[in-house]
Amino acid sequence: MKGTLTVKTASLAIWAVLLFAPFLFQDVRSMEVAARIAVFIALVASYDLLIGYTGIVSFAHTMFFGFGAYGAAISLKHIGAGWGALGLGALAGVAVSLVIAVLIGLLSLRVKAIFFAMITLAAASVVLVLAQQLSGLTGGEDGITYKTPAIFKTAAKLMVDEDGKVVRLMGVKLNGKLAAYYFVFVTAALMFWMMLRITGSPLGTVLKAIRENEARAEGIGYKVVAYRTAVFCIAAVTASLAGSVYAVWLKYTGPDTALSFTIMIDILLMVVIGGMGTMWGAVIGATALVMAQYYLRDLMEAASTAVASVPVLPDLLAPERWLLWLGIIFILLVYFFPSGIAGTIINKGDAK
Amino acid sequence: MTGLSELISRAGGVFLLPVAMAIVAFILIGAPSSWLTLTVAGLSMGMMIFLMASGLSLVFGLMDVLNFGHSAFISFGAFVAASVLAALGGWLGADSVMLNLLALTCALAAAIAFGLAGGWFFERVIVKPVYSDHLRQILITMGALIVAEQIILASWGGAPLNVPRPAFLEGSLLIGDASVDLYRLFAFGLGALVYIGLHLLLNRTRIGLLIRAGVENREMVEALGFKVDRLFIGVFMVGSALAALGGAMWAGYETLITPSLGAELMVVVFIVVIIGGLGSIQGTLLGAIMVGLADNYVGFLAPKLALASTMILMMLILLWRPSGLAPAVK
Repeated sequence: MKGTLTVKTASLAIWAVLLFAPFLFQDVRSMEVAARIAVFIALVASYDLLIGYTGIVSFAHTMFFGFGAYGAAISLKHIGAGWGALGLGALAGVAVSLVIAVLIGLLSLRVKAIFFAMITLAAASVVLVLAQQLSGLTGGEDGITYKTPAIFKTAAKLMVDEDGKVVRLMGVKLNGKLAAYYFVFVTAALMFWMMLRITGSPLGTVLKAIRENEARAEGIGYKVVAYRTAVFCIAAVTASLAGSVYAVWLKYTGPDTALSFTIMIDILLMVVIGGMGTMWGAVIGATALVMAQYYLRDLMEAASTAVASVPVLPDLLAPERWLLWLGIIFILLVYFFPSGIAGTIINKGDAK
Repeated sequence: MTGLSELISRAGGVFLLPVAMAIVAFILIGAPSSWLTLTVAGLSMGMMIFLMASGLSLVFGLMDVLNFGHSAFISFGAFVAASVLAALGGWLGADSVMLNLLALTCALAAAIAFGLAGGWFFERVIVKPVYSDHLRQILITMGALIVAEQIILASWGGAPLNVPRPAFLEGSLLIGDASVDLYRLFAFGLGALVYIGLHLLLNRTRIGLLIRAGVENREMVEALGFKVDRLFIGVFMVGSALAALGGAMWAGYETLITPSLGAELMVVVFIVVIIGGLGSIQGTLLGAIMVGLADNYVGFLAPKLALASTMILMMLILLWRPSGLAPAVK
């Protein structure tokens, strides 16, 4: 159990850092990174439930993420910046996700895995194009900016001292930004905990049985299609909620932040890097990739200027090429470490 | 009722669907001239998509490998052809049809050669290590797609690229009131030629026999002593070359291409393969023609719906036939 323990300790350490992130790193960019990591942990965990635990490959996860984000965004924009509007928007996002997930699930989960992958890819790209075109509702390519509930405004004061100024705790202003961060953190942690509970429950065991041997699971008496559809719906709802939360944090929703295919690739990379079917791997994968996204480019920039005199190298190391390297790393990972960071550590540690 | 269904199946069964679509569209559109223009546009679009989709379908049928990186070959084909055409600009603008044709042939041949070489590399390096593991196949080919797109971005830049057309394919033909683009006719003709070629190859030659047998029951063919692996490399290379050819044709059709071209077309290609049923050339052709027609008709009748039309078509067909219209793989 040594490996499992290592992975769990590492993941909990990451969560602990995230918990104190506003106090540990006090610049704006680090807060962005921390919030993005938290949201993506929840999102990746829900995707791991699909791909790692049930063996379903879906390319529609960003679609559900987008439904949640756009639901919250449209509602906050048109109804007003209140908790009611936020709740309504998030609920609407969940409802749409649920309906679409049930439709796709019942329609295509009975066919081969590969069909399902193609169908979800097609559905997701249609939704993306629709979001870009229905500019009356979604703001088109420009997206929507809106106000979030008053407590999340940067100017909001959570606590004031005698002079009416914002109280500082360890040098950190107790303002709306902090409240927004902890809103993101708590909801993401809750969602992650839910996913953990699901994988530990009898339902999780059935899902693993379906992944390992579908015919046998069916033979024992579990309705495979029903279970698959159910888990697809659970993952969709979680992704949708994560979308709403991220929409609150960003105060902006557009195709690039909520629906684009890049996000889907990010999620895939995170799941594979972290380790499919480990759940704790989601924490490691999301952290590793988001950090890489924010800091790898700086590093490449530096490397590129450092080797400026060598002919081809600067071009290869240019910051715009970072996705190329990520793609190559991804392929190598799938070849040599198909179980990802967490999976490899668990396998090695537990074998001893 | 049984008499009717028997009559339909004897007349071609599901292969009558495009005809039915054309008839319904004729009634809805009303004006024969615009109907003709739209039908030709739909057919030529269908043929180009068929070129791209046939390889994917065959590869899946023969080896149970789904190549998500297939669209990389479409993009590469388009960009390689565009570069060759741009380099041979003098021949393109020339008055002589022969020179025009030569330039076009060079461009298409370059795309095909690239597809063959790329297909060989892709099969050996990317796909071979992950035979018979669907999950890793999907992930790895997806990764390869990312890398390929980045390579295109790095070599040709992100700005849209202008694709010159040969002079003799510019302009349009007037049939009555209807004007028909010459390039579309050419695309249709080329697609039809490739289809006939593939059909003959699959049905009249020994290799075709082996391929069809391999699609139906791979283990049996292997047990009889044939090397399906080698056959598979061939099919993979030809499939990639066809995708590149389709991409090259598409580049001339769009005349302005961006690196995201392959990814955009991939969705359509998937829908076509799903509609047609995996592993069969006829099914792919049927799906491609239906998607092409639906896209053009709906685009004319209800422009707002055009986008969702192929999606709706796929949903309807999946509800009716969960494994596609004419699948070779059960």
